[in-house]
Order: sequence, then C-alpha cells, then structure tokens
Amino acid sequence: MAGTAKILVFIDSPDGPLHKVQRELLTLAGTLGEPAAAVSSPPDEALLAELAGYGAATVYQPAAQLEDSLVAPNAAFLANVVREAAPAAVLLENSYEGKETAARLGIKLSSGVVTDAIAVAPDLSVTKSVLAGAYTVVAKVTTGTPLITVKANSIEAAAGTGTGMPVVVEVDPGEPGPAARVTERSAKPASGRPDLGEARVVVAGGRGVNGDFGPIEELADALGGAVGASRAATDAGWIDHSAQVGQTGKTVSPQLYISAGISGAIQQKAGMQTAQVIVAVNKDADSPVFEIADFGVVGDLFQVLPQAAGEIRKRKG
Amino acid sequence: MHKADNSALKIVVLVKYVPDTQFDRHLTANSHTVDRSESILSELDEYAIEAALQLIEARGGAKAGNTVTALTVGPAAAVNAVKKALQLGATDGVHVTDEALAGSDASGTSLVLAAAIRSLGPVDLVLTGMASTDGETSLVPAQLAERLGLAQLTFAASLEVDGGVVTARRDDGQESETVQAQLPALVSVTDQINEPRYPNFKGIIAAKKKKVAELALSDLGLDPGQVGRTGAWTTVLSAEARPPRGQGTIITDEGDAGIKLVDFLASRKLL
Ligand SMILES: Cc1cc2nc3c(=O)[nH]c(=O)nc-3n(C[C@H](O)[C@H](O)[C@H](O)COP(=O)(O)OP(=O)(O)OC[C@H]3O[C@@H](n4cnc5c(N)ncnc54)[C@H](O)[C@@H]3O)c2cc1C
Repeated sequence: MAGTAKILVFIDSPDGPLHKVQRELLTLAGTLGEPAAAVSSPPDEALLAELAGYGAATVYQPAAQLEDSLVAPNAAFLANVVREAAPAAVLLENSYEGKETAARLGIKLSSGVVTDAIAVAPDLSVTKSVLAGAYTVVAKVTTGTPLITVKANSIEAAAGTGTGMPVVVEVDPGEPGPAARVTERSAKPASGRPDLGEARVVVAGGRGVNGDFGPIEELADALGGAVGASRAATDAGWIDHSAQVGQTGKTVSPQLYISAGISGAIQQKAGMQTAQVIVAVNKDADSPVFEIADFGVVGDLFQVLPQAAGEIRKRKG
Repeated sequence: MHKADNSALKIVVLVKYVPDTQFDRHLTANSHTVDRSESILSELDEYAIEAALQLIEARGGAKAGNTVTALTVGPAAAVNAVKKALQLGATDGVHVTDEALAGSDASGTSLVLAAAIRSLGPVDLVLTGMASTDGETSLVPAQLAERLGLAQLTFAASLEVDGGVVTARRDDGQESETVQAQLPALVSVTDQINEPRYPNFKGIIAAKKKKVAELALSDLGLDPGQVGRTGAWTTVLSAEARPPRGQGTIITDEGDAGIKLVDFLASRKLL
C-alpha cells in the first residue's frame, strides 16, 4: 500500500549507476510511500533518470560540495534535507557509514534509529534479527522521524514506470563540526565477483583451505557467488580481511552459504547463520558447523569442491 | 583542549558488561531486553583497553601522568567490566548506575556516557570497541561523538597519536582509508588492531587499590525521564526465538559427494 508520505532514501557518493543496495532501498521506499532521494553529490542526467525510474519525484543535493570526512558531513547535510522534506522515514544502507550517519542524524533530529532491518512494514515497524541471529524482533521508532538502515537482499529491486525527471532541490550542507578527514584512499583490486554483503551465494573457506583459496574461488565462480572467509583464514593472510564473515567481519544473509574447512565457531556463526540454506564441507564429523548445516559433507574440501564445481559447469553446459 | 605536544594523555575507554557469547543468549519474555546473567566484559572492548594501554605505555605510563579511565553504564554487576579493565592496567574507573537506566536504547546510553565524560573534565581521547557483542548496532560511538562534538575515527584497524593529531587506518571492504583528526577525538577499534593482554597477578593485586567512582543520574544532572524505557526513542514490539535449524542431511564422502552436493543444490533450486 503506497501512501503519499515521502520516504527519503540516502544515496551516498554516487559514482555511476545506482548500486544494488541503493536500488533495493528505493524499491522498499516505493512500498512505503513516495520515494525521494538525498544524494551526497550532484547526480548526473543518467542517475537522475535512474532515480526517476524508481519513482523518486524529488532529489535533494548539497548546494556546495561536502567535505571528504567521515560521517559528520553526511549527517549534517541529511539533517537539513529532513528539515526541508519532512519525510515519514529515512532509509539508509546498513554499512558502517550508513549506520553511523543514521546514528548522528538521530541525535541532531532527536529521532530513533533502527539498524539491520530485513523488512519494513507500511506502519514503519522493522523486522531484524538480534543476538547473532538467535531472535527475530519487531522494533519501532517512537520518537522523531524513523531512521532505518536496511540490510542488502531484504527486497528484490524493481524499477517502476517512473514518469518524468525528478525535481532537483539544493539544500544547505550545514555545519558538520569536527570530523576526521580522509587523507588517503587505496582501492582494492576488483575481483569481478559480486560484493560479499550483497551476494546471493557465498562460498567461504577457513583454516582448512591451508593457504589455497583456489577450490573456494572455483566453486564461487561456478555459482556466480562471492568468496568469504573465517578469521583464521584472513588472519593467516591467505585472503584480504574484507572477506571475513562473522561477528567482527561481514554479516551476510545469502540464499546459499557454503562453508568449507571452517569449524563453525560462535563468532563465525554470528555472521552467517541467517543464510537461507547452509552447506558445510568439513573433514571432521564432530565439527559444530554441521549443527547448523542443511546439507553437510564429511570429507576433504580439496576433493569435494572441485568435483562440485565441475558438475555445476557440466549441468549449466 | 588541543594538544600541540606529546604531553600526558587523558583517555576514557568505554566498557560494557554483556552476556557471554559462548553460551546461549536470551531476551526476557516480558520486556524483550537482554538477560544479563552469565555476563563478562565485552570481548570487543578488550581491544580498546589494549589500544589505550599501549598509547600510555609509549608515553611513560601512569607515572608520567597519563590516565586511562574505564567507564561503564549499567546495573550493579556491570562494575565487573570496569574491574577487569583495572586489572588489565586502566588507572581508574567510573560506573554510572541507576534504576531508571533499565531499557535504555543507544540514544539514552550515549546521553549518559556524554554527561559522564563531561564530568571528568577535558579528555584527549575516547576509545571504544567496534560494537557491543549484545546490541551489535555500533550506534553508541557515533552518537557519543555527535553529543560531545568530537571527530570520530571509527573501525580503526591501526591507531597513532602524535603531536595532537590522531591517525587511523580503516578497512571498508572496497577500499582502505587513512583518516586523521585533531585531538580530542573518539576512536572505535576493531579486532584487527592488536592482541589484547591477559590480566596478570600483579595487575589483579594492583586493581584492588584503584578507585571506581559510582555515579547516579542525579550526579550527572540528568532526569530519569530522559533515559531507560521511558526516554527511549525506539521500542521492541515483539521478539521470537529463531526456530532451531532443522537437522540437515549429513553424508560422508565416498568419492561422489561433490555430485550429491550439486543434486542437493538443484533440489533447492539454487543452481
Ligand atoms: C573477538 C573475536 C572476534 C572474532 N571474530 C570472528 C569473525 O568475525 N569471523 C570468524 O570466522 N571468526 C572470528 N573469530 C575467531 C573464531 O573464534 C575462530 O577462531 C575462527 O572462526 C576459526 O576459524 P576456522 O573455522 O577457519 O578454523 P578452525 O577452527 O581451526 O577450523 C578449521 C576447520 O577446517 C577443517 N578442515 C581442515 N582441513 C580440511 C580439509 N582438507 N577439508 C575439509 N575440512 C578441513 C577442520 O576439521 C576444522 O573444523 C573471532 C574471535 C574473537 C576472539
């Protein structure tokens, strides 16, 4: 039921087409009311057209360039957008920057924040899981404008039949106050695989890969999935830290999580046990990972994974 | 409060008393709050304590006037988190406790933490863990930075303080960033930053002589209505324990498990 209230979606640092999560946020906004977008830098024509496609009638952009600092400039700008647009809710990405922007915005606007949303109902109540997936709760903001950070894959992105270009409104970027400046950025080499946080399939390896992520990558590629890892594997330096899944890494909820050579410690489970289907390959039959597996293979990952990858390629032919 | 030199540092480390993640954790049936029996110092806060201790040790430690104050907000037993920090080497502690605090959300908690930190006078650095292992939202550090008007350097995988400037490296998935700010600042650290120490016998004995100030809301000029369930800006309407995952099919590889795995994926339409 689409109402008429504005639902503001924050699009951080647009750099080309909208990302998957941003398209999901706009789609979700469309189910809750009339989508509007706040972009942290001026959108080009292509982006405006894309935003229009998702039903955004109004796009708010900063009247002057935002500082390249952490969180504070985004929060100051968004506070002014909320004052101008008076939306019924603001949706943000569930990234570090998204959550923390919501956090500071919450203080500026005396508004409640709910993070890690997996669903948002028309009455703006939010479903999320807590205690590392042990509970599912429904939470609601009771004060101010609800600020909600939404996890990837919570909704299937679907562009509507947007009509006409959005109206662009310039908003005073506000005063961010003391902030940490970004003095250096180094992009990581692109893997060509889907983003770990957004992927529908994740194949993850642990200490059991013993330095060789080859079989993990091969199976991930056969399935079009992302590569994940346990902390033991990232600590060993076999793969970049950004691949870590778990309490102190990424929290993923893919349709399929294949765990190979990972024992299934509580901190690992915290990041993956809300996956829809879990497959485990481990040579130790007593490994705790089998307690949460829908399908488990007691066996050597160096045998099982390449065989599975070969079979998938054969069937996809 | 700017520090142009490398004189003594005054650091506050936030510590939280949380249910041990090694056991099953529960929400209470009536109030949907976390059951806090079987609690310990949040393991993610150990990294913040270690980072603070390394910073002051490099500057001559407590003898040279550096301080690390461990601060917690929570029920009576939460003082155990402060005590653990003192055993590890924190120089003193503050425990804010009050009946009215029960059911506080991030906004209420950050309000109390901000008031407690202001009551300590000028501080150079506020250090926190990257999240609490129970709330898991990472909202409090950013909200505290906003309330105190501090630059935030969050999710730091490395940390340096030199000449009044704090520099951190953070890893954001697609890229790695170096960020910098003037002191005073708030820094949250990840488990990549260091290897936390264990308390030793000497530390445990020394901790007994260290002071823990116990403060109530009234000591901080706060009103009970601003915190707890009444002051919260969010509420939990319902909570349901996740149904245990049904027992899956476990097979032992007899040479064709890779094929069977693919059969399973096909049966679930996952190919
Ligand atoms: C504060 C803190 C935060 C943490 N955060 C995280 C986190 O975010 N994510 C995380 O993953 N961990 C985290 N950990 C670490 C966690 O406690 C475990 O130590 C870690 O997950 C173990 O990784 P592992 O399963 O790969 O290694 P192990 O526990 O050593 O397990 C390796 C497994 O591989 C199997 N194996 C070996 N060879 C083969 C083979 N050829 N074929 C098949 N199986 C094989 C073995 O049977 C074993 O089960 C954290 C720890 C702490 C203290």
